[in-house]
Amino acid sequence: MMGGTLRRIAPQLIILGVVILLNFIVFPGFFSIEFQNGRLFGNIIDVLNRGAPVALLATGMTLVIATKGIDLSVGAVMAIAGAVAASVVTAGGGWFLALLAALAAGLACGSWNGILVAVFRVQPIVATLVLMVAGRGIGQLITEGKIMTFNDPGLIHLGAGTILGLPTPVYIWVIMGGLITYVVRRTALGMLIESIGINETSSRLAGINSRVLLVAVYLVTGFCAALAGVVVAADIKGADANNAGLWMELDAILAVVIGGNSLLGGRFSIIASLLGALIIQSVNSVILLSGMPPEFNLVIKALLIIVILFIQSPAVQHAIYLFRASTPPHAPNENGAKNNQTAKESLS
Amino acid sequence: MSTTPEPVLQATGVSKFFPGAIALDDVSLSLYPGEVHALLGENGAGKSTLIKCLTGAYKRDAGTILLDGKEIDPRDPQGSLALGIGTVYQEVNLLSNMTVAENLFLGWQPMRHGMINNREMVKRSKEVLSGFGLDIDPSQLLSSYSIAIQQVVAIARAVELAGKVLILDEPTASLDREEIDLLFSVVRKLTERGLAVVFITHFLDQVFEISDRATILRNGRIVGTRELANATQTEIVTMMLGRQLEEAKKERGKAVIGETILELKNYGRRGTIEPFDMILHKGEVIGLAGLLGSGRSETAGVIFGSTPADQGTATLNGEAIKIDSPRSSIHLGFGLCPEDRKTDGIVGDLSVRENIILSLQARRGWTRPISRAKAEKIAEDYVKKLDIRLASLDMPIRLLSGGNQQKALLARWLATEPDILILDEPTRGIDVGAHAEIIELIQTLREQGMALIVASSELEELITYSSRIVVLRDRRQVKELQGDEISIGAIVRSIAEEGGAQL
Amino acid sequence: MKLSSILLASALVLAPMTAMAAGKTVGFSQIGSESGWRAAETTVTKQQAEERGVTLKFADAQQKQENQIKALRGFIAQGVDAIFLAPVVATGWDSVLEEAQDAEIPVILLDRKVDADPSLYMTAVTSDTVYEGEVAGNWLKDKMAGKDCRIVELQGTTGSSPAIDRKKGFEKAIADASNLEIVRSQTGDFTRAQGKVVMESFLKAEGAENICALYAHNDDMAVGAIQAIKEAGAKPGEDILVVAIDAVPDMHLAIANGEANATVELTPNMAGPAFDILDAYWKDGTMPEKWVQTESKLYTQDDDNNAIYEMKKSLGY
Repeated sequence: MMGGTLRRIAPQLIILGVVILLNFIVFPGFFSIEFQNGRLFGNIIDVLNRGAPVALLATGMTLVIATKGIDLSVGAVMAIAGAVAASVVTAGGGWFLALLAALAAGLACGSWNGILVAVFRVQPIVATLVLMVAGRGIGQLITEGKIMTFNDPGLIHLGAGTILGLPTPVYIWVIMGGLITYVVRRTALGMLIESIGINETSSRLAGINSRVLLVAVYLVTGFCAALAGVVVAADIKGADANNAGLWMELDAILAVVIGGNSLLGGRFSIIASLLGALIIQSVNSVILLSGMPPEFNLVIKALLIIVILFIQSPAVQHAIYLFRASTPPHAPNENGAKNNQTAKESLS
Repeated sequence: MSTTPEPVLQATGVSKFFPGAIALDDVSLSLYPGEVHALLGENGAGKSTLIKCLTGAYKRDAGTILLDGKEIDPRDPQGSLALGIGTVYQEVNLLSNMTVAENLFLGWQPMRHGMINNREMVKRSKEVLSGFGLDIDPSQLLSSYSIAIQQVVAIARAVELAGKVLILDEPTASLDREEIDLLFSVVRKLTERGLAVVFITHFLDQVFEISDRATILRNGRIVGTRELANATQTEIVTMMLGRQLEEAKKERGKAVIGETILELKNYGRRGTIEPFDMILHKGEVIGLAGLLGSGRSETAGVIFGSTPADQGTATLNGEAIKIDSPRSSIHLGFGLCPEDRKTDGIVGDLSVRENIILSLQARRGWTRPISRAKAEKIAEDYVKKLDIRLASLDMPIRLLSGGNQQKALLARWLATEPDILILDEPTRGIDVGAHAEIIELIQTLREQGMALIVASSELEELITYSSRIVVLRDRRQVKELQGDEISIGAIVRSIAEEGGAQL
Repeated sequence: MKLSSILLASALVLAPMTAMAAGKTVGFSQIGSESGWRAAETTVTKQQAEERGVTLKFADAQQKQENQIKALRGFIAQGVDAIFLAPVVATGWDSVLEEAQDAEIPVILLDRKVDADPSLYMTAVTSDTVYEGEVAGNWLKDKMAGKDCRIVELQGTTGSSPAIDRKKGFEKAIADASNLEIVRSQTGDFTRAQGKVVMESFLKAEGAENICALYAHNDDMAVGAIQAIKEAGAKPGEDILVVAIDAVPDMHLAIANGEANATVELTPNMAGPAFDILDAYWKDGTMPEKWVQTESKLYTQDDDNNAIYEMKKSLGY
């Protein structure tokens, strides 16, 4: 079991290692970590901290994509959740109430998406596009188009605080990712979700309640997006509905894809998606630390991502396999799973 | 048979290994110009693997292939096509939203001034197709023609491009008799031209009808090659199975029919199936007979709840029940093995193990997962019981052969220990061995007291295990036969005659 | 409100002329309310109209040009006396401007310009974004007075014209000061969140002690960066000087708290000068220049930033 997981995430680990090495090359102080002002302070910490929103989104997105769906609304849901949290604390509610209200808003958005997809059978990309467009408007209505600032220390702590020196968002995404992975793999949810994503008709005929499961995965994404929205708002002590989570749905989808999960649904790995989120954040870090003019940002990012996806493409994987298979002929059985995969590919 | 001494294609010592399994072991095959050579074997015997090695879809691990005496090593199907080996698969590999002519000439269109010369293409398509006895308009979309005609177009394309060896992989699986005749006449024309044709099928009658020789594979090895002019079906089947085929047509078991389990009254669904009455007892099999589209599968779907009934009542063990989805019927102890394995049955990328426990897990609910160990045990039990051939329980089910997929699906339902099991075409597209095993299984289950409803187009099979047979026509039940009334003749008469229902 | 008329400087000058405009009707097609500044511009425009006794017909286009064109046609049909247009995009205005011209209704562009024949509109009242950068640069130059200073720059959205202009203006101002050097420059997309993230990387890459000043293309990024500086254990406003542009309320608050040093105002009062132009035109037919530049006022810790904060809050920022 453990070995299987490790083998599954090996490509992501290697890529992450390479991108981090790249960081080290452009900025030799990359690994240095200091302890000051009661918090750990260093680039590695930044990657873990800044990766939080995309990591949270990718956790939910992985499940949605496993069902052959997609959720384009997560960025807008972040804006809504941030706005809700900010308006609750500025109205005098405590940080906990604000968090609950934001999460409730996220769940409401998720159920809206889920019902459109599962009950009304709207294509996920279309269904979630509705909220992607309208959601930001809703957020702007709540904040009246401006940055709604707040000073509640409890709420701010969720985004900018630290626990034992480590930024709170790191705990939030690690716990959330771990919790959902645990729930999904320790119950039958994971397999049932995969089953729906691979063949919904067969799954339904096998007795799986695909409707409820579909609504559930959109609820999870809504929840994760709301959490990300609260983290982002708390980080800047203000809800910026115009910009919070803007285009972040695309980064989340990218993280899932870098994690080696198929957009066609089916088998998924949340851990691999989380590594994907860290890879994206490390790429961002390379760009920031390199000191290159901002005109090159998107070009560099695009190039690195293309290389990453190229390395992961079935054709290249196949070539790597053949190369490895052609060198030493010993241990014929060791690569069982890999072999199997190759057989699959030639079949399809 | 016009066997010339020089084979056009000669494969020697071909082997192919998959992890945990030897798919092909030292297989040799000679093809002579002008012959139809059948390739026979159970599912998983290695037929498809051999073809894939010949066409380069798989890289073989050992062996040589000579074409016209010269060694070849095609790296992919395109490469072998260029060398003269064309392949046509059961699922037509053409583009249905393009015209017949475009499909025929895709990749080698006649050009004029750097543009595709459409008129020339249509003209030449017409010539080519008329050579195959097809008089159709090549400028129409491929999808506007029947599967058989699409099949012939695919063959025409393969022959035009290849011209030495033509491999037909289960070409007749989805064709009716008339269409098969059309296909066979095309095959005969091709052999007259000197082509060597490899014919893969599960239908032994067709093998004897069209083939000159047959090579039989079992477990990845050659069992032998026979001239069919002096071989019998029994001999061939015995070679395929490696054992004497038990006479399937043994006396219908003296079924001990138990108490009523399911009673349907005026049950039906508008636009799907006319209302019908049905009483099902424990320990009996009700057979559903009828032509394609007569309402066999529809009846199964309405009972199971995949297309829920909108009228009538159902009682299970004397209690009124309502079935509005597969989920509800599964909780009540129903199971349905659907007709279309690929789209409605298997979950291709999930492992065999997961596929087997899927329904059981769905019924238990997501909060009560079946542990890995328990799942493995259940799966292993059924793999043994049903003799499912696989390399590993962890392999995706789509890599299994058709017969083994079907057995795994049966295992999925048996694992739920159903009271009522509905089987829709349980033996379609699977090999002789698995066929006999499934029939045997149906009888065993019945003897154990399970109630079954089986829809099948194989009447001989149906009458061996059914205690009653319901005949359907035009989505309506027209006749119920039981006891001594049951015979193929009686069923066929009921299907054919308007006045069949003379009770 | 008293304070506002003092601050929004241009309003002062025209007190005597208000009579001319009284009783007139002006249509105002606003882009939307996508930012606090935009909301403030709307508020100030309404205030200005009220003070002058002008009936203002307000139309919110919700970021859509077709809504603006519709609104303009509506104004023309209603026969308003003048039109204020804050165009959402630069192109595609020719025909509707021609319609206004045919109806002899003067059109004044607010805040942004358009790509159309200048004869089609009366004038454009906008800020000079290059000059804004210059004001910021000059402040820092004066502040440092010859001392060496390593500057980090948070740019606006890459390729956007305010980002290009504000960078250009700042660089122009410090060009002759060899003691001032921009050591790192990266985009913060005009957002608070990105401003914070990018500032974090600046602090890591350079070390807080090696950065003397931050120049941000807008206040939002500066406010985000201030948090990053604080989290890194340095004192914004002292260890690292902070100068930005826009003068939004939160920046005034930061200045009041000593966490920021200066900001250059992008005034939300575009309507004041526009009304002045109309007054002059209606009085004796005076035609304005084709471009009227608004004031780019500098605010520092010497101003009463707490009061300004309160006042600006009430404008809807």
